[in-house]
Amino acid sequence: MTAQTSGPAPNPGLAPAPAAAGPARDAQGRPTPISSRRAMIECRGVHKYYGDYHALRGIDLTIREAEFFSLLGPSGCGKTTLLRTIAGFEDISSGVVLIDGRDMARVPANARPTNMVFQSYAIFPHLTVAQNVAFGLRRDPRSRAEKAAAVEEALAMVGLKGYGARAAHALSGGQRQRVALARALILKPKVLLLDEPLSALDRKMREQMQVELIKLQRQVGITFVLVTHDQEEALVMSDRIAVMFEGEIAQLSYPEELYSRPVSRRVADFIGMMNFLPVRILGDSDAGVRVDVPGFGEFDIPAANVSRADPGDPGPSVGFRPEAVTILSRDAPAPHRETPGVIEEVVYYGDMTYYDVRLEGAERPVRISMRNVFGRDIQDLGTRTRVSWSPGSLILFR
Amino acid sequence: MAASGTESGQGLRMIAPPLLYAVLMLAIPLLTILTFSFIRDGYQIVIWELTLENYRAVWADQIFRALMLRSLGVAMLVTLATVVLAFPVAYFLSFVVAPRRKAMWIFLITIPFWTSYLIRVFLWKVILGYNGVINSGLKSLGLIEQPLSFLLYNTGSIVVTLAHAYAPFAILPIYVALERIDRSLLEAGRDLGESRAMTFWRVTLPLAMPGVLAAVLIVFIPTMGDYVTPTLIGGGKIPMVANLIQAQMLDIDNKPLGSAIAVTAMLIVTLLAALFLLLNRRFLRVRT
Repeated sequence: MTAQTSGPAPNPGLAPAPAAAGPARDAQGRPTPISSRRAMIECRGVHKYYGDYHALRGIDLTIREAEFFSLLGPSGCGKTTLLRTIAGFEDISSGVVLIDGRDMARVPANARPTNMVFQSYAIFPHLTVAQNVAFGLRRDPRSRAEKAAAVEEALAMVGLKGYGARAAHALSGGQRQRVALARALILKPKVLLLDEPLSALDRKMREQMQVELIKLQRQVGITFVLVTHDQEEALVMSDRIAVMFEGEIAQLSYPEELYSRPVSRRVADFIGMMNFLPVRILGDSDAGVRVDVPGFGEFDIPAANVSRADPGDPGPSVGFRPEAVTILSRDAPAPHRETPGVIEEVVYYGDMTYYDVRLEGAERPVRISMRNVFGRDIQDLGTRTRVSWSPGSLILFR
Repeated sequence: MAASGTESGQGLRMIAPPLLYAVLMLAIPLLTILTFSFIRDGYQIVIWELTLENYRAVWADQIFRALMLRSLGVAMLVTLATVVLAFPVAYFLSFVVAPRRKAMWIFLITIPFWTSYLIRVFLWKVILGYNGVINSGLKSLGLIEQPLSFLLYNTGSIVVTLAHAYAPFAILPIYVALERIDRSLLEAGRDLGESRAMTFWRVTLPLAMPGVLAAVLIVFIPTMGDYVTPTLIGGGKIPMVANLIQAQMLDIDNKPLGSAIAVTAMLIVTLLAALFLLLNRRFLRVRT
């Protein structure tokens, strides 16, 4: 128990992976770029209906070998349904699902090269930890002793060395999670599916498991597909992320791109925090789009920073992340453009401080975050201040 | 400690009425039987003198031994038939019936309880009897000329009647155990490479065992002591141990011997139940 809750687990299995060429690695043992890897899961035009309810609306995606892929979206967006269709627990209404090039139509869950870590972990309560991990080895031709050694090895890999004889119902949440991982990974699946595996853990445990999962994934070189509604978790863990809304993929991209270049206002709103301001579009210019934003004035937004507005939006808007602009200290020169404003709210987070600043001429305050680095004072409520920004840090949704 | 004293005082006051009821209706009659079993019988009176004579008589009695063995045999057959037939019903109820229909199905299963046990037993007599439903049905179809006489008054008919009477007692505990199984465990079984049948064998059945064990005891113990069915359906030709007790207590009016038989039978059932639970304790240990 102590090993799981305080500090890193004694875990020889999680040492840096040896530099050996393996799946998705080059001759020096470095991971190859994802785009050049072979496809592991391919979904082509996948639709799923529950009666009249259209749960998946034409999913097209390719998940590649040894990739850590996340399906991210609010509850009811179809991410779990998609995961379950890959696992074989749900039939699809139309479309094709291929795993490692093989069509999965009419292949039952027990015959697929996938294993799942369930949201509830689904640890068999009538079996010990070792029996749980060995559950899928019944038809394994190896000897009893070899299987026992494999179980012990799998438990060591997840930091549960020596826990084999324990009753499954006596485990903590984090330990159950590890048993579920060992039980799935011992079968060496081509794809490991994780259905909100961290949602039942407390914050500290969750952050620890995030890091351990990443390391584990790199070590075993198996494709991981994670379902989560937690955008931070997806950003931290994934090689690539598919953001889903209402049964469709809104954006499929790398975490940095998803965060800095959201394709639509809805995606921007879901990933992280973003300030949205009404905008008047004056017309296209050589430098991009000429806009007038109350508080910021007239300027050109670069063409690369233009994204889509969603049908439900109240017209075009510009958005920026709280860290994309800076509150200037009293007499520092502005590196870019600057706008005066008044601090209307201060929220202290320890490492960060969030300020609500009303820019001169703006209707509503905007939220700006500042890292509390050494030597920087926390600004007081009501202070008149200056905000530094550049046109490149704003995104236009039109 | 004052506060906890008050609390336990409150608790005592709360359970006092049922406790009094239990003492009056269970403990005192049982103690009376136990006392009677140790005293000597006289003609129409009892002689207040402690003795083990009654127990010696019970253990030496060939008839008691034969009836006890028959009762055990019948009870085991009834239990086997009831639980084996109840399991599919409970499984259907838990896994196939839509959640919003479950209450209705449970309601339907309890309908037999609306009539008295005696009437349900008697109905089987009507069904199986010489001029009963089955015989007259077969006759009118021209399949038989003379009524079949082997339908009634034998062990088989007793087993059928009791199995029917106790079916809901077996269905409900098994149903509850099945309902408590986390459905993702079954998906996990499939995910880890097992077919539906093997998942049932390795996951569903072991997790349903607490319900099955409860069903076994709930059916076995009362059928051991049943005397209505052997009387009506067995026609008195196949008496069980309860009929022997009844005969000693009322017809022969040997209350001490009747009591000794009752206590002995009770001890045997208790020992068997304890042994049964001991043998199956691994199924009872685990619960999430």
